[in-house]
Formats: sequence, structure tokens, C-alpha cells
Amino acid sequence: MELALSVIVGFMIIGALYAIHAKDILSAVIACGIVGYGLVICFLLLKAPDLAIVQIVVETITLIIMVAVVLDSSREEAFSKPDTRGYISAGLTIILVLALLYFFRMAAGSLDTFGTSTLRMAGPYIEGATEKTGSANLVTGVIFDFRGYDTLGEATVLVTAVLGVITILRIKGKK
Amino acid sequence: MKGMSVIVKKTTQLVAGLVFLYGVYIIAHGHLTPGGGFAGGVVVAGAFILQILAFGSDFLNLVKEETGSTLFENLAVLIVLLLAVSGLLAGASIFLHNWMPKGTVGELLSAGMLPLYNIFVGIEVAASILTIFLALVIFKEEISK
Repeated sequence: MELALSVIVGFMIIGALYAIHAKDILSAVIACGIVGYGLVICFLLLKAPDLAIVQIVVETITLIIMVAVVLDSSREEAFSKPDTRGYISAGLTIILVLALLYFFRMAAGSLDTFGTSTLRMAGPYIEGATEKTGSANLVTGVIFDFRGYDTLGEATVLVTAVLGVITILRIKGKK
Repeated sequence: MKGMSVIVKKTTQLVAGLVFLYGVYIIAHGHLTPGGGFAGGVVVAGAFILQILAFGSDFLNLVKEETGSTLFENLAVLIVLLLAVSGLLAGASIFLHNWMPKGTVGELLSAGMLPLYNIFVGIEVAASILTIFLALVIFKEEISK
């Protein structure tokens, strides 16, 4: 399974790199779709169908909206030649990434193997959630009962985002 | 906003109802099978967006629909908050207390408050995403005038 995950993550990285370098913005948007749909397969392989449903629908809707936006505006990307400041920033970025990789390599030896630290926390949840909440789906039991504050916060974030969108996109109120 | 071709319209007529029902199913069975308020709400919003994209809509109808979806969204969040504090009436002193009878695990009417939370969060998510979409469409129509 790790092999399949690595292949899909590799595809996602290639898609993201292509999205940065594409001349045509429409193909860049489609290449961003590779990242989203690859993430759906990753969720399914990691046994998280709840997240996969949300991700596949949200990805489709955002792709539709972004394609509509690109078709209405320009498809050509504004390209400017890099000057000395650009080269300096690129060099600094490479140095920073190399330093981060070096320290991550040092820290990786003392980390737990993938998933054990979260499973230690999840043990009591998995053991007692069905009796305590009465819900057959453990995920719903956790997100609405044990971690109800999180869910309430997510709902509030969504409402706030909608308020922001409506406020920004109003033309009549500005006049 | 103009509609699309006849083929797209016919296919939408066949599919949109099924998509809507699938979203309602995911919301209603959120405490039994994978899914829940967030996943089902997004699917329901997708059914509405499909219809608006395929059939098109004039400006006044879009504004009316946006008013309605904003109202539904805010009311749903208010009801979720009221459900969260309703445990205080039942005598517990905790927020988000699951005070209703649990029932047998695996039946449709079980798990106490969780199906209620699922339904109202689902309404809220569907209305939110529909509102964002409608706001973008209305902005485009206003700009092109």
C-alpha cells in the first residue's frame, strides 16, 4: 500500500509542478485537479471514505468555478523575466530548503513510525465510542460528541467565509 | 446566465434528483455509514449547482435564491447552537451534551442527538456552498451589465 501511495503522491507532485510552469492557465487549473483527485485516492487507500466523499465533491465544484473564471478572464499567464532580486530570492530559497531537509533528516531518526503516536490517542476512542455515543459510525461519534467544539468551530468558519464572500462581491453597496 | 444545450438539460433532469437524494441519504445515515453532515451537504449543494449551470437563470431569480440560501444557512447554524445548549435544559452542565436516549446501535433512530446535528450541519453546509456559488454568479452578471 505504501508503494501505491508513493506512486500517487509522485503523480500529485508532478501535477503541481506542471501547474506552476504551464503557460496556459486553463491547463494549469486542470493540472491542479490532479492534486485534488489524487488526494481522493490517497484517502480511500488510507481507509477514510468520509473525507474522500467531501474531497471529491468539493474538488469538482472548485474545478468548475475555476474553469469558469479562467474562461471569462485571460488564458495567458503574465510572464516577466527574472532580475537579480529574483535570482537572489531563488538562491536563498534553495539554501533554506536544503537546511530544512538536513535538520529533518536528523530529526527523522527519533520519530515514531508512521501513525503510532496518533493511534495511542485513538485507542480509547475506538474502544468506547460505540457504547458512549450509540453511533455505529465512529467518525460521526467522535466529531459530534467527543470533539463537538471542533465541529461547531468548522460550521462557524464556513458561515464567516460566506459572510466575507458576500461582503467582498457586492457592487451595489459600494456606490 | 445562459443555459446549456438540450443534451445537458435532459441529462440534468435525469440525474439531479438522484444526486439530491444521495446527499439526503448520506446526511440521514451519517451515524451509520461513512459520510455525515459535511459530506452530504456538499452533495446536496452540488445538485443545485448542477441545475443552475445546466438550465441557466435570470438575475432576479438568482438574487431571490441567494436571499433564501443565506437565510437557511444562518438559521441552521443557530439551530445547531440551540441544540448544543439544549443539554442545559435536560439538567447536565456541559455544552454539546448528548442527552437524548441512545437506542440500539445500528438503527436509523439511534445515537441520540447525533442525527439532529448531522441534519442541521448538512443544511448549513449545503446552503453555504450554494451561497458562495450564487454570489460569484451574481457578481459576474452585475459586472457584465
